Amino acid sequence: MPSPAGAPTPSQIENLVNKGSDTMVNLALAWAEAYRQVRPELSVAVTGGGSGTGIAALINNTVDLANASRAIKPEELADAEANGVHPVEFVVARDAIAVIVHRSNPVDELSLEQISRIYSGEIDNWAEVGGEDRPIVRLSRETNSGTHVYFLEEVLRLGQKDNPTLFSADTLLLPSSEGITAELSYNQNAIGYDGLGYVTDDVKVVAVAVGPEGPYILPSAETVNDGSYPIARDLYVYTAGQPTAEAQAYLEWILGPDGQAIVTQLGFVPVKS
Amino acid sequence: MSRSSWSEFVITRLIRVTGASAIVFVVMIFVFLFGEGAPAVAEVPLAHLLSARWYPIESHFGLLPLISGSLAVTLGAALLAVPLGVATAVFIAEVVPRWAREILKPLVELLAGLPSVMLGFLGIVVLAPRLYEILGLPTGLTALTGALLLGWIAIPTIVSVAEDALDSVPRTYREAALAIGATRWQTIWRVTLPAARSGVLTAVMLGIGRALGETMAVMMVTGNAPVLFTGLGSLLRPVRTLTATIAAEMGEVANGSTHYHTLFLIGILLFVISLAVNLAAASVVFRMRTRAERVLS
Repeated sequence: MPSPAGAPTPSQIENLVNKGSDTMVNLALAWAEAYRQVRPELSVAVTGGGSGTGIAALINNTVDLANASRAIKPEELADAEANGVHPVEFVVARDAIAVIVHRSNPVDELSLEQISRIYSGEIDNWAEVGGEDRPIVRLSRETNSGTHVYFLEEVLRLGQKDNPTLFSADTLLLPSSEGITAELSYNQNAIGYDGLGYVTDDVKVVAVAVGPEGPYILPSAETVNDGSYPIARDLYVYTAGQPTAEAQAYLEWILGPDGQAIVTQLGFVPVKS
Repeated sequence: MSRSSWSEFVITRLIRVTGASAIVFVVMIFVFLFGEGAPAVAEVPLAHLLSARWYPIESHFGLLPLISGSLAVTLGAALLAVPLGVATAVFIAEVVPRWAREILKPLVELLAGLPSVMLGFLGIVVLAPRLYEILGLPTGLTALTGALLLGWIAIPTIVSVAEDALDSVPRTYREAALAIGATRWQTIWRVTLPAARSGVLTAVMLGIGRALGETMAVMMVTGNAPVLFTGLGSLLRPVRTLTATIAAEMGEVANGSTHYHTLFLIGILLFVISLAVNLAAASVVFRMRTRAERVLS
């Protein structure tokens, strides 16, 4: 049977395998879908699993593109080099991490230090940060999530390399963003964090300040890009060695106006060229 | 050699091979688990493994919270599922008329086929918020939530297997009991159940095994906080089970790292725990049988 005009025959279809960060999975899917309009003969297969999963796959050379919501760790880089893989890094978008609470929670703003003390278990009651007399239930993503590692390093440890602060042992480790949103939708005691792109109207976003004197800033594209919102990070795509021609073209498209428009649509922050 | 004795020869060998393969597979699984998990004991000092903090990305490998979490959730589930499951099996096998059994049994077995991820989802959106509200807990994601859900998952297994065992008790036993003036309850409690005990115990073991090994539903509803279980009050707090730990962390871990080996050590632990449950149950059946044989002889 002849194929319709313009559509590629199966033998012409080329594949890019793209795996990694759950934070980025919706973004990566939207890119892959939109890119089909640009180059129908190229198919990008996207899966999640977490930043660590994507980088592990890159090290084992089973993916073309690994998505990560954190930079590759020195140990991972060493493992990759030992395996003959030389990861190349691309910053493809930025993401703010929103601190979220139940809609009825009267707390509107928290400083980084307060958030750190809440998650380390020092502050155990909402009354200590100006809220109601309720216990605090801490929600976090699992340890394989790039968001978890970022939050540990930049918020709990306030960006200090030698700070040994850990998450309080009774922090709930939920396997998905949906788990955090589901719990926050009914639990008035809970506090959580998640990528800005995943925040829904069912929860309330808290304004965050670096120091106790403020200013307290709500996360948005503007406050991330002008650097005033303190919990923002780069989102990465890694390739094993210099990208192939297909991967190179795809990455250029992602960093171009069409790819970055999708970044904005999904609630992330575009990278300024 | 004649044709029939040839096929006889082949068939006996085939049966012997398949029988032995079950044992071979179990041994191979254990050898593999041991090979991947044993290095953890050398890499992590025993005092660390027996500490109360599990945070592998910073090299805290305390297994106690995970072990206590798994045991608490499984025991809780067993306390719920065993009485309810056995009672339901008795009801279906002994109390209701035959036509009702033909309807109830497939319904229960349908329940056993429900994917656990779906039950976990129900647990998140229905059970956890209800428990939070009714019991006034800080969060609905607790050991109790996990135990209730696991109990629910184990019940169909227990009912189905126990009912088969009860059903295979010869009619004459019941008729004899009724003939010498036993009430229906006495017949069930003193005659039918004891006669089917080994099957009922198998049902209980399978149910407990199902609860111990269940991963997805537990990971969704127990909150996964690695907190040491210290008493009944801990039932109303989040816990992290051995299975959920493996499921949550295996995908990310670097091959051959200490964390990787420790996750396999957790696998060995699960293997040993379910072996212990099986051995305990088998020894109970064995002891009861020898006593019964003494009485009868």
